[in-house]
Amino acid sequence: MLIRPKAGILDPQGQAVQRALPALGFDGVANVHVGRLVELDVEDPEQLPAMCERLLANPLIEDYEIIEQA
Amino acid sequence: MKFGVIRFPGTCDDVDAQLAAARVGEAELLWHRDRDLKGVDAVIVPGGFSYGDYLRAGAIARFAPVMESVVEFAREGGLVLGICNGFQILCESGLLPGALLVNNHLKFVFRQVQLDVVDHNTPFTRTCPPTLSIPVKHTTGRYYAPEPVQVVLRYAPGHNPNGSQDDIAGVVNNAGNVFGLMPHPEHAVDALTGSTDGLAIFESIRAAVSERIPVA
Repeated sequence: MLIRPKAGILDPQGQAVQRALPALGFDGVANVHVGRLVELDVEDPEQLPAMCERLLANPLIEDYEIIEQA
Repeated sequence: MKFGVIRFPGTCDDVDAQLAAARVGEAELLWHRDRDLKGVDAVIVPGGFSYGDYLRAGAIARFAPVMESVVEFAREGGLVLGICNGFQILCESGLLPGALLVNNHLKFVFRQVQLDVVDHNTPFTRTCPPTLSIPVKHTTGRYYAPEPVQVVLRYAPGHNPNGSQDDIAGVVNNAGNVFGLMPHPEHAVDALTGSTDGLAIFESIRAAVSERIPVA
């Protein structure tokens, strides 16, 4: 699961990274956002959205994306 | 009256909260695995780093057995005060609206702040003066709510320590019996540490309980 700060909510962590990259000579960087990655094995992948809604993400402030690998 | 102060693994302000509450009533600690609230008149969810604040501040504490009892207690109109991490837990548990995000400057902040009490018509602020001087100490204190909320405390102009939306420092739920705030009234109860303004919050609760003011 990839969990990201919702669009429109101030993401100071992303901003700090965005400011740091040019300082190292990496130019042309924009729209940096820092989120979370949760990896897990699950028997029933249909449970994943509920897991995200109830615990892994806070839907008020975060979006989540589920990536399944067989 | 009797206060119950919840202790999770990682809570660190439980004893200060207990000592502060004990200045106006009885106060005992409630263990996170214990569903029994022991007949307390008000519950305090104190500050700290419950369950290491893993995932998000307060995200795991909301599923502690004691929180089921606290949610039930709140539904029945019981008074619940969440301080700092306790505020985060109450938001995560849905007892309060909104969420707390990392400070806009990304740094831990520890300083005395001036607060404007913008609503005295709550069981938590009824005996408060118009302004309070109380310390904050947090990294995740930037309040955010997409919908209008019932604001009780605001940081005074120039005192917003974290980028909180509309200078919000504390809110109540619609019913008015659940209150969360980022500043620490339990750290402002003795002149030795610079301010006794925090006592007014505990005294308000005692007054509300003793007069059995019905919650709206």
